[in-house]
Amino acid sequence: MLAHGVADSRRREPDRLARALDLYEYQGKELFHRYGIPTSDGRLATTPAHARAAAEELGTPVVVKAQVLTGGRGKAGGIKLAESADEAEARAADILGMDIRGHTVTKVWIERASDIEREYYLSLTFDRSAKKPLFMFTTQGGIDIEEVAATNPDALVRLHVDPLEGCHPWHGRQLVYEGAVTDPGEQKQIASIVGKLYEAFVGCEAMLCEINPLIVTPTGEVRALDSKFTVDDNALFRHADIAEMRDVSAADPLEALAREKGVTYVKLDGEVGVLGNGAGLTMSTVDVVTFVGGSPANFCDLGGGGDAQGVVDALEVITRDPQVRAIFFNIFGGITRCDEVARGILQAVEQMGITYPIVVRLDGTNAEDGRRILTDSALPNLHAEATMLDGARRAVELAV
Amino acid sequence: MAILVDASTRLVVQGLTGSEGRFHGLRNRSHGTNVVAGVTPGKGGQDVEGIPVFDTVASAVAETDANTAMVFVPAPFAADAMYEAIAAGIATVICITEGVPAHEMLRIHGHIQGRGITLVGPNCPGALSPGKANVGIIPAEIFREGAIGLVSRSGTLTYQIGHELTQLGLGNSTIVGIGGDPVVGSSFLEILALFEADPQTQYVVMVGEIGGDEEEKAAAFIESEMSKPVVAYIAGFTAPPGKTMGHAGAIISGSAGTAQAKKEALEGKGIRVGTTPTETAQLVAEIASA
Repeated sequence: MLAHGVADSRRREPDRLARALDLYEYQGKELFHRYGIPTSDGRLATTPAHARAAAEELGTPVVVKAQVLTGGRGKAGGIKLAESADEAEARAADILGMDIRGHTVTKVWIERASDIEREYYLSLTFDRSAKKPLFMFTTQGGIDIEEVAATNPDALVRLHVDPLEGCHPWHGRQLVYEGAVTDPGEQKQIASIVGKLYEAFVGCEAMLCEINPLIVTPTGEVRALDSKFTVDDNALFRHADIAEMRDVSAADPLEALAREKGVTYVKLDGEVGVLGNGAGLTMSTVDVVTFVGGSPANFCDLGGGGDAQGVVDALEVITRDPQVRAIFFNIFGGITRCDEVARGILQAVEQMGITYPIVVRLDGTNAEDGRRILTDSALPNLHAEATMLDGARRAVELAV
Repeated sequence: MAILVDASTRLVVQGLTGSEGRFHGLRNRSHGTNVVAGVTPGKGGQDVEGIPVFDTVASAVAETDANTAMVFVPAPFAADAMYEAIAAGIATVICITEGVPAHEMLRIHGHIQGRGITLVGPNCPGALSPGKANVGIIPAEIFREGAIGLVSRSGTLTYQIGHELTQLGLGNSTIVGIGGDPVVGSSFLEILALFEADPQTQYVVMVGEIGGDEEEKAAAFIESEMSKPVVAYIAGFTAPPGKTMGHAGAIISGSAGTAQAKKEALEGKGIRVGTTPTETAQLVAEIASA
C-alpha cells in the first residue's frame, strides 16, 4: 500500500474579496513542522535535475507532487510515484510545466513515499457562523470530505473550541474517542497533533488548517501526508515570514499588477470593464451590468479612499485586458471624493490615450464638482449618466 | 427614537487626533452628534476644535460621561482600543477601522457576550440616525429622516440604496453598516431585533452579500421574530467562485454562501428580494404605500 497523494478539492465558498493567503502544500508542511506536527521528509524541486538530486538524497521510492493552488492535481496526473532517482527525474519532467485547471506547475515537492495502513482526516477551520474555531475529524480520510459529510455525517466528528478557553487535552481526547480510534498509540499521537494544530492555527492566524490524509503507517506512526493552510490577510502585518510565502507569480498577471498598485481586481470574461468604490457596490455593479444584458470584464474596487492616482492605477490594470470594449465607472462618494475620481479619469485618458467609451456615474461627496470637471473636458469618449442602472445600460450598449 | 445612535449619544472618538479621526469626528459633530471627547495616548490635555482629548478612555468617561465610542485607530491597535472602551464601561462601541485580524475578532466577540455591550464593526461605515446623530463615515446629506431601518454588510452599497430610497421620497430611522468581515460585533440578527423594537422604524431593508450564512440566519429570524416588513437585496449574483475559506467552510455553514442560495432562503420565508438596488427601493415604496 504505497502512498499516493489525495486528489484534493480546493473548492471555494464565494466571498467578496481575496482576504486570505493560500499556501502550497510544502509551505503548509513547513509550518506544520515548525509546530511539531509530523510530516514526511521532502525537498522542493523546480527542475527535473533537482528532482533527481532530491530523490537521491531522500532515498527511493519517492512521490513527486505538483505544487499548485488548486484542487484535482491527483486526477490531473500531478502526483506520481517514482521507484528510482531516474524515474523521479522523468516524472518531474512530466509534471513540471503541466497545466492543472489553468495553473502551470513550476514546482514539485519530492517526498519519501510512505507506507499507509489507514487514512484519517483532521482539520481546524475558522467557523464564521459559530464564531469559533472548529475541529473536524474522521477515520474515513483520504477521500473528498464533503462526500463523508453528505453520505456518512455521523462519521465526521465536529468540535468547536471556545477561543477564550483555548485548546486543552480534552479536545484531543474527545475527537479520538468520538471518532472511534481504538489503538492507544494512535489515540495518543492524534490527540497530540490536535493540540499542535490548534497552536499552528492560532499562532499563524490561519483561516484553515487541513490534513487530508492524516496517515497511520504499518508501524503505527501518525503523519500529515498533505497540508492545506490558509492565513488571514489582515494578520500578515505581524507574520512577515508567512507574508513572504505569497507566490506572486501564481496569480493572474493582471491581478498581480493590481495587488502591486493596491487595487482589488478580479478578472472576468466579458467586455465591460467595471470600476466601483467599495466591494459591495462594485459587486452590485457587476450584477447590474449582467442583468441588463452585458458581460463584465472584471471586478475592480477602488477601495475606501480613491484619489486621482488610484483611479489612474485602476484604469491601467483594467485597460491591459484586451477584451475590454467599454468601461463603466460607478462611484458613490463617501470617503471617496467624486472630483478626485473625475480628475483621475481625465489624467488617465490623457496619459494612456484611452479611446473606447467610458461611462461615468458619480454620486455622493463632491459629485457636482466631479460632473462639471468631466463636462468641461469635452472628451468625446466620456459619457455621463445620472443613475447606476442607466450607466450600466449605456456601457453595455457602447461595448459592442 | 431610532437605534444605536440618537440625541442621547455622548461620543468619545478613539484616534480623534489622527487625520481620518479628526475629519470624521468633526463631520459627525457638524451633523449634530454630541462629540464629548477624544482619546489619544500621550495627547491628553490637548483639544481638537474644542473637543477635549484624554490619554485613556476611562478618564474620558469620568470627565465627560461618554456612553458611545467610535474607534478610528489603525488596525494593529484597534482590538486594544475596543477592549479599552469596553473596560471603561462604554456600552456602544462602533469600530470603523479596516483590517482587524479575524482571530482578534473571535476573542473580542467572545469577550462581549453577556456583558450588555453592542459592538458594531469593525470595517464598517458606522451608524446614522438622520436628524439625530451620525457616528462613522456615512455621508449624512444623502439620507433623510423617516421610517425605514436600513442594515447592510457593505458601505457604499448602503449609500446607493439609501439614495434610491431618498429619490422615491422615503426616509430612514437609522442606517447601520455592520461590516463585511468574517466576524463582526453585531450581525443582522442583533440589528434586526433593535429595529423590531424601535417605534420609529416601520419597515426594514437588509442588504446582504455573498459569503457566510448570516442572511440565511436572518431569514429564519425575520419569519419567527419580526412583525415589520423586511425587503432584502443581495450583492454578488454574478461573482466568480470566491477566494476565501476552503471547502470545510461550506460544510460547516451548511450553506453554499452564494447569492442565489441566500435569495432562496429569504424568499422561502416570504421575504421579497430585489434584483437591483433600484428595484429594491421600489419594493419598499410599494409596501410603504400599500
